[in-house]
Amino acid sequence: MALRGVLRLGEIGIRVLDLDLARTHYVDRMGLIEVMCDEKERKIYCKAWDEHDHHSVVLREADEAGLDYVAFKVYDDQTLTDLEPKVEAFGLEVAHIDAGVYPKSGRRLEFILPSGHRMQLFAEKEQIGNTLGTRNPGVMPDEGVIRGFRINRLDHCLLGGPNIDECGRLFKEVFDFDLSERIEDEESRESLALFLSCSTKPHDVAFVIQPEPGRFHHVSFLLESATDVIHAADLIGKYRIPVDVGPNRHGVTRGNTIYYFDPSGNRNEVFSGGYVHYPDTPTLTWDTSQMGPAQFSQDNVPRESFLTVVT
Amino acid sequence: MLYRVHLEKLELDFACQPSQNVLECLIGSGKKGIQVGCRGGGCGVCRVRVLEGEYSARAMSKAHIDDEALARSEVLACCITPKSDLSLEVMGKISKPLQRKVQS
Repeated sequence: MALRGVLRLGEIGIRVLDLDLARTHYVDRMGLIEVMCDEKERKIYCKAWDEHDHHSVVLREADEAGLDYVAFKVYDDQTLTDLEPKVEAFGLEVAHIDAGVYPKSGRRLEFILPSGHRMQLFAEKEQIGNTLGTRNPGVMPDEGVIRGFRINRLDHCLLGGPNIDECGRLFKEVFDFDLSERIEDEESRESLALFLSCSTKPHDVAFVIQPEPGRFHHVSFLLESATDVIHAADLIGKYRIPVDVGPNRHGVTRGNTIYYFDPSGNRNEVFSGGYVHYPDTPTLTWDTSQMGPAQFSQDNVPRESFLTVVT
Repeated sequence: MLYRVHLEKLELDFACQPSQNVLECLIGSGKKGIQVGCRGGGCGVCRVRVLEGEYSARAMSKAHIDDEALARSEVLACCITPKSDLSLEVMGKISKPLQRKVQS
């Protein structure tokens, strides 16, 4: 049996303070493709070029920044039927959302994580493709499809809140994720951050301990190469986008990375690389004696803002 | 036209253009005094109270600056541009970073 069940982070809903500034950032600068705009609801729907699903990022204008919800795509409708009683048995109340309530999407299950975040599962999404087609697709889209930071796809998110060990238990026991990496306090051995994978990626979702529930640390987008990370860094500088951490490499994941903020203060990451994870890959543990190398392995310096600034 | 921004208690002064927000002027001056966070009004770490002076403000996350905070002249330094000399009190704190002991 190959990759089934929960497949990946399929959609993320982000709150922005100004929709037009958000469009400039996510579409014009970063190069995400705007596929739909709902003026009445003040929402923009975006996708990355190499995704087949209609959209993966939803930006909603609101008077607070932060995360509205994360929605994970599952393999088929039967998976939703199978998972619902398991989520309830874990102790979370599951709400049903009819197909179409979320545009272009089949029915969804929704529940609140122990960390305070709103999470959904869905099986069906209208697909509009990556412009290459599926018969003799070739390898490169036309000029102009790949723009800005040259983002290939939505990759993962890092969520902040309390009860992260409970979240880890939910993802492992109910959704069959693996704990790929963990950061712990060197003395108390308490979890400070958990990294969970349902694929061969180093993680598909991660949690960091934060005093307030429902906090948004970052959304992360995959680039083709470390060269593209540097190219994105140059564009970030050109457009005066605030940088949280300049081009570096993570100890956790081994990925090349850069962190910056959107105009509402939501943190974004573009990254490339990282090792290949399998369900039998042992969990990697980092502790507070090596916080510098765990976070940023090229200069081994932890950044206070990286640990404390969330929306 | 440069305005003077004074940080109370820290006894620190820096210049600010009306076209720039207070936080970016502080960063540009090379001085330190207000915590630098997201610089977009979303995270709340650059919170200040305006003791004297006029400013204009762009959208700030209501999770950090609600109507009561505004009534107390509390704003985010990254979201205000000066319309006169300003005197500010730094209110923001950063909660304990990850590497210290987590309080249960």
